[in-house]
Amino acid sequence: MAFAPYAAAAWLFVIGLYGVVCSQNLLRTVLSLTVVQSATYLVLLGVGYRHGGKAPIVADISTHSKLVDPVTQVLVLTDIVIEATVTALLLALVVQAHKRFGSVDPARLRTLRH
Amino acid sequence: MSRRVRLLLLACAGPGFLAVLVIGLRGLPDFGDFHGAYGLLVDRIEPSLRHATDLVTALNFDLRAFDTLGEEFILFASVAGVALLLRHLRDVDEELDRRRTREDHSFAGASDSLRVMSLILIPLLVSLGVYLVLHGALTPGGGFQAGVVCAAGPLSVLLAGRYLALKRAAPEWALEAVDSLGAAAYALIGLGGLIFAGIYLKNFLPYGSSGHLLSAGMMPLNSIAVGIEVTGAFLLTWTEFLDQDLLAQRGRL
Repeated sequence: MAFAPYAAAAWLFVIGLYGVVCSQNLLRTVLSLTVVQSATYLVLLGVGYRHGGKAPIVADISTHSKLVDPVTQVLVLTDIVIEATVTALLLALVVQAHKRFGSVDPARLRTLRH
Repeated sequence: MSRRVRLLLLACAGPGFLAVLVIGLRGLPDFGDFHGAYGLLVDRIEPSLRHATDLVTALNFDLRAFDTLGEEFILFASVAGVALLLRHLRDVDEELDRRRTREDHSFAGASDSLRVMSLILIPLLVSLGVYLVLHGALTPGGGFQAGVVCAAGPLSVLLAGRYLALKRAAPEWALEAVDSLGAAAYALIGLGGLIFAGIYLKNFLPYGSSGHLLSAGMMPLNSIAVGIEVTGAFLLTWTEFLDQDLLAQRGRL
């Protein structure tokens, strides 16, 4: 089952994308987008894994032990930070949309007048 | 766009997208069998040359320090965006703040035991966060993760139904200041590299002995700067959203 993490990532990506396309609530659109993004975590962590590798922290293990790749882990960290803040920004936009249009249904958003 | 149009677009773009996804996934290395050279280089360089033992933090604040600067400003810009988008009703809100009764100060449903627990949680979470910030270069932790833990401490006041007490203790202007201070500190530490070592964000502090609190050069400093920024950023974001909640509760949204 060497491809299981990638299959799970692909599934998350596709199902998240479907959620973005089909959602009738902007909140759900934003949440679906976070599902899409969690696929990238799985891909990155899956790519960087080495069989039998330890966490890349050599505080109490030898520096010559087999470690999983730290580069992809850093990328995941960056990914999470950016996701958290961009999600906040998108949610703020949803609040604004609700204020302006009285609805969070993307089909009912009219064009901005000013 | 209506749902039907969107589904139609997906039907057109989907197959191509799926093909690219499959091609991309097929090009990935087998799970558990990664041979990326950079990771192996980092495993050799960081513990011996930089005396850092958490390689993830070491990458973040040393090899990718410049990327982290960009990441930090993405964080800063997003939070500024949230504040800008959500704030324009706040002046009215502050007027109301002054003449609010005590019942207004609590969200419904907080029991006494929950209040006590939340008070206990604050120092625990904050000290855990500070620990994680300071030991970023040694053990799992570092500014980004620790900042979220630090921010969670004051937010547990919310569990106690005392959100407005939190707002008095940490008003928006203070959170903004903390957020900007952290971002500025990181950029200024980089400037220190430019002045003392000739290259922006290059290390200019002694590396110390591996495993000690004051080691790994300027990584602990960077970690602290980022930790401060993330704490401020998360508290500010949550405050802005909770303000919206308050406004909605009073039926003014």
